[in-house]
Amino acid sequence: MKNIRNFCIIAHIDHGKSTLADRLLEYTKTLAEKDIQAQVLDNMDLERERGITIKSHAIQMNYNLHGEEYTLNLIDTPGHVDFSYEVSRSIAACEGALLIIDATQGIQAQTISNLYMAIEHDLEIIPVMNKMDMDNAMPEEVEDQIIDLLGCKPADIIRASGKTGMGVEEILHAIVERIPAPKGDPDAPLQCLIFDSVFNPFRGIIAYFKIVNGTMCKGDLVKFIATGKEYDADELGILKLDMVPKQCLSAGNVGYIISGIKTSKEVKVGDTITHVKRPATEAIDGFEEVKPMVFAGVYPIDTEDFEDLRAAIEKLQLNDASLTFEPESSVALGFGFRCGFLGMLHMEIVQERLDREFDMNVITTVPNVSYKVYTKKDELLEVHNPSGLPDIMAIDRIEEPYIRASIITKTDYIGQIMTLCLGKRGELIKQEYISGNRMELIFDMPLGEIVFDFYDKLKSISKGYASFDYHMNGYRPSKLIKLDILLNAEPVDALSSLIHVDNAVSLGRRMCEKLKELIPRQQFDIAIQAAIGAKIIARETIKAVRKDVTAKCYGGDISRKRKLLEKQKKGKKRMKQIGSVEVPQKAFLAVLKLD
Amino acid sequence: MSGIYIHIPFCKTKCSYCDFYSAVSAQYISALVDTIGRELKLRENYLPDKKIGTIYFGGGTPSLLEKKYFEQIFDTIYGLYQVDENAEITFEANPDDLTPAYLEGLRSLPFNRVSIGIQSFDDADLQRLNRRHTGAEALQAVKNAQQAGFDNISIDLIYGLPYQALQAWEKQLDTALGMGVQHISAYGLTYEEGTPIWKRRESREIQTVDDDTMTDMYRLLLDKTGKAGFKQYEISNFALQGCRSRHNSSYWKQIPYIGLGPSAHSFDGTSRQWNVNSIKEYISEISENRIPAEREELSLSEQYNDFVMVSLRTTDGLNVCELEARFGADFKRFCLQNIKTFIEAEKADYSDNVIRLNTDGFLVSDMIIAELMKV
Ligand SMILES: Nc1nc2c(ncn2[C@@H]2O[C@H](COP(=O)(O)OP(=O)(O)OP(=O)(O)O)[C@@H](O)[C@H]2O)c(=O)[nH]1
Ligand SMILES: C[S@@+](CC[C@H](N)C(=O)[O-])C[C@H]1O[C@@H](n2cnc3c(N)ncnc32)[C@H](O)[C@@H]1O
Ligand code: SF4
Ligand SMILES: [Mg+2]
Repeated sequence: MKNIRNFCIIAHIDHGKSTLADRLLEYTKTLAEKDIQAQVLDNMDLERERGITIKSHAIQMNYNLHGEEYTLNLIDTPGHVDFSYEVSRSIAACEGALLIIDATQGIQAQTISNLYMAIEHDLEIIPVMNKMDMDNAMPEEVEDQIIDLLGCKPADIIRASGKTGMGVEEILHAIVERIPAPKGDPDAPLQCLIFDSVFNPFRGIIAYFKIVNGTMCKGDLVKFIATGKEYDADELGILKLDMVPKQCLSAGNVGYIISGIKTSKEVKVGDTITHVKRPATEAIDGFEEVKPMVFAGVYPIDTEDFEDLRAAIEKLQLNDASLTFEPESSVALGFGFRCGFLGMLHMEIVQERLDREFDMNVITTVPNVSYKVYTKKDELLEVHNPSGLPDIMAIDRIEEPYIRASIITKTDYIGQIMTLCLGKRGELIKQEYISGNRMELIFDMPLGEIVFDFYDKLKSISKGYASFDYHMNGYRPSKLIKLDILLNAEPVDALSSLIHVDNAVSLGRRMCEKLKELIPRQQFDIAIQAAIGAKIIARETIKAVRKDVTAKCYGGDISRKRKLLEKQKKGKKRMKQIGSVEVPQKAFLAVLKLD
Repeated sequence: MSGIYIHIPFCKTKCSYCDFYSAVSAQYISALVDTIGRELKLRENYLPDKKIGTIYFGGGTPSLLEKKYFEQIFDTIYGLYQVDENAEITFEANPDDLTPAYLEGLRSLPFNRVSIGIQSFDDADLQRLNRRHTGAEALQAVKNAQQAGFDNISIDLIYGLPYQALQAWEKQLDTALGMGVQHISAYGLTYEEGTPIWKRRESREIQTVDDDTMTDMYRLLLDKTGKAGFKQYEISNFALQGCRSRHNSSYWKQIPYIGLGPSAHSFDGTSRQWNVNSIKEYISEISENRIPAEREELSLSEQYNDFVMVSLRTTDGLNVCELEARFGADFKRFCLQNIKTFIEAEKADYSDNVIRLNTDGFLVSDMIIAELMKV
């Protein structure tokens, strides 16, 4: 056990975690020559295509230092804030962390939030300044920032490059020498912490764990403490690029178990595995359950595909326990599901996976956060959906979720960022210099104001330099109202939103304008209206098509023209008929694209 | 009876709106005419029968051909097919080619119809379109044709030209209707992608006509031609009694036709095919006895879509009994179901088992046809 090191790689998004992991795997010959490809751990299609990590990935390396064999368990983590829970789980399975800082960017918001998570779990931090090969690297400045943040010595900071391989050997030395070996007693009653689970279509659920105490062997009868379920350990082993089965694993090790579990719901990440015969008396402290932040309706374009959609979402959930769903129905869209997501990126990814992996074409409705509605009878309702709002007369008050946001930026952009945050009903809590010309701003803001386009706006006003991180920070009373959209005088429930009263008129106007842009002209005039209750607050009209005719259609024109019109019809079939109006998919997300 | 279309892919200069396949060099004329003869023989059995009701020389500019070339082609056609004695035999002509001498020469050939591309009588328009003639020359060309004995003359006009006002179009129509022609094709200008005029629109160098004015121009066209005794029989085609273009009508009635020459299209009832857009490749392939064509076999739905599209563009309309006989009851139901909203909106009529678009319907015919298509 003294030769095991468990560590994760944490950083702000895109600072080069997965690329540096490639170099470590290469150096330790964990990868065969033929397996080498960029960000090899990002094995989902979507991860590869978007160049981001979505799930944590664990892999074991062997490393010989001064004649001693070491087993190094590496966990690569995602940087995007939607997936920060993945980081917190990975941290719980480790004794140390490589904190990667991009030398061209310096400390960013997730650098800090992930660092704090690691410090809370007493992890040994090894700061690594990455991308040193780049011309615009600012090693001195970034080094100062790191020293300020960690209180470490300049010599503790390793300079590296995931591109050239610079610093890799030094990192491996530091892992062995600075990170403590796991503690724990291989002979004590078994305690394994489950830190992740994945679904494999052939093997069922595979749970990843770290053994804190005891030893587990193939064939052992084990129990999952939180769910109370018992299983045979059909197979267990360690994680290389593929799974490598082992007879036994003992304290300090990271590995996987396959035990005939079929659905992801049966496995609670954070649960403790123990033996049935000689159980541990205590479970290890688990994790807080991840809660979805954003809710949106997901509907099949073709109402007949409802059951297929259910099957598809269930399958996705096998691999993604953070996705929640429950059936709901809409007058405009028929039957569908209210899904809960961790954030907008997560929502986008789910929608894309439905399309790509299940060929399910869906409409996603205007997303919203979850509200607490107190009725006059003092009942508490969790409202995830504008149509779930009780009658106005029955409502005593509504509370909305708040976040505490940390924004790190060059001082040049402070003014604009302040304007943006205050416009989003933010309340400035603190502002301080973190080094030279960089500041951290802390705001309390309604979650509902930042889920849609806040991040894009922040990026654009700061030319990409400001970074942003947040965590939940309770609920506060709020003056919310329901904004309805009507097409040809018919309310379209799927386009309703809950919104702060001060923003309603402007949102209504902008939604009407945007819908006018997105809904193609049709054979009738279409009236678009925004309303609060019975009061119309904005209106636009889409004029009917006056002219749509091909002048010439002779022998040579016929095939081409027919194909063109067939294509047009196909496009229309992908639209949703609401009353007499055909509405394209993207119109339902119009609210996200308002300027 | 079937049709024959022959594409003559040469023009002295290119007009700024045109995307028809043609070359400006006359270098290959003689070789091309030889090759058309060879293609005629190679594809002797393409059509379901040997009876020919219409022959059409289109372009490009057929009126660039010397008489001997027409003779050569006619010899081959008459050798291979039984051309009906009342067959309609048309050639397209550009005004600048229609001299009395040229027309006189053609008299001994079987032509009985000429289609003259005038486009506009306004010299400023003509210049912008890069045409090779003036308005006066266009008038003279029609007179020459009449004097040469042609009693079935069609002219092509384009409306909605850059800068054109409704009154200017009215003037064009008055001139056209005063010439004593039997047939008028009047097309709203289409900005075909890649053409010079399209580029000028993209770069906003020209002032285009808005949809409302285009609509007014179309209504004026219907009104004026109607009053002058012309009957509309297709979206853009108007004829005196008995003077509809039988060849073009056969496209809309899905009568088989064989198209010869580069870029020519053919239709045998269930499949469409088209020759390459290249004079050189056309000549070299045919000389090796290969037909350089792409072919498209139409599925039942595609045949139905084809049928809907061509029939709804005509005033004869779409005959639902014929639809049912060819495609079955499901297609009929589908079609009637989808046309309903347009009947309610008074853009289409349905009576005596025929669906017809009215003027409001023609103006949005692409939208209606697309709606009726099965995909
Ligand atoms: N020049 C240079 N580019 C690097 C280096 N490390 C990473 N990159 C590039 O930076 C981008 C992000 O790298 P990743 O390894 O995917 O970053 P990550 O931190 O894993 O990103 P997330 O997992 O999405 O948070 C990629 O385009 C890499 O090629 C480096 O040392 N030098
Ligand atoms: C195939 S062209 C050839 C006729 C002949 N070469 C001539 O120009 O006189 C037939 C007719 O199509 C029409 N046409 C061609 N391109 C057009 C366009 N872009 N928009 C509208 N009509 C067009 C013109 O009226 C033209 O006369
Ligand atoms: S309109 Fe006629 S003359 Fe002009 S380029 Fe086209 S085919 Fe040739
Ligand atoms: Mg990554």
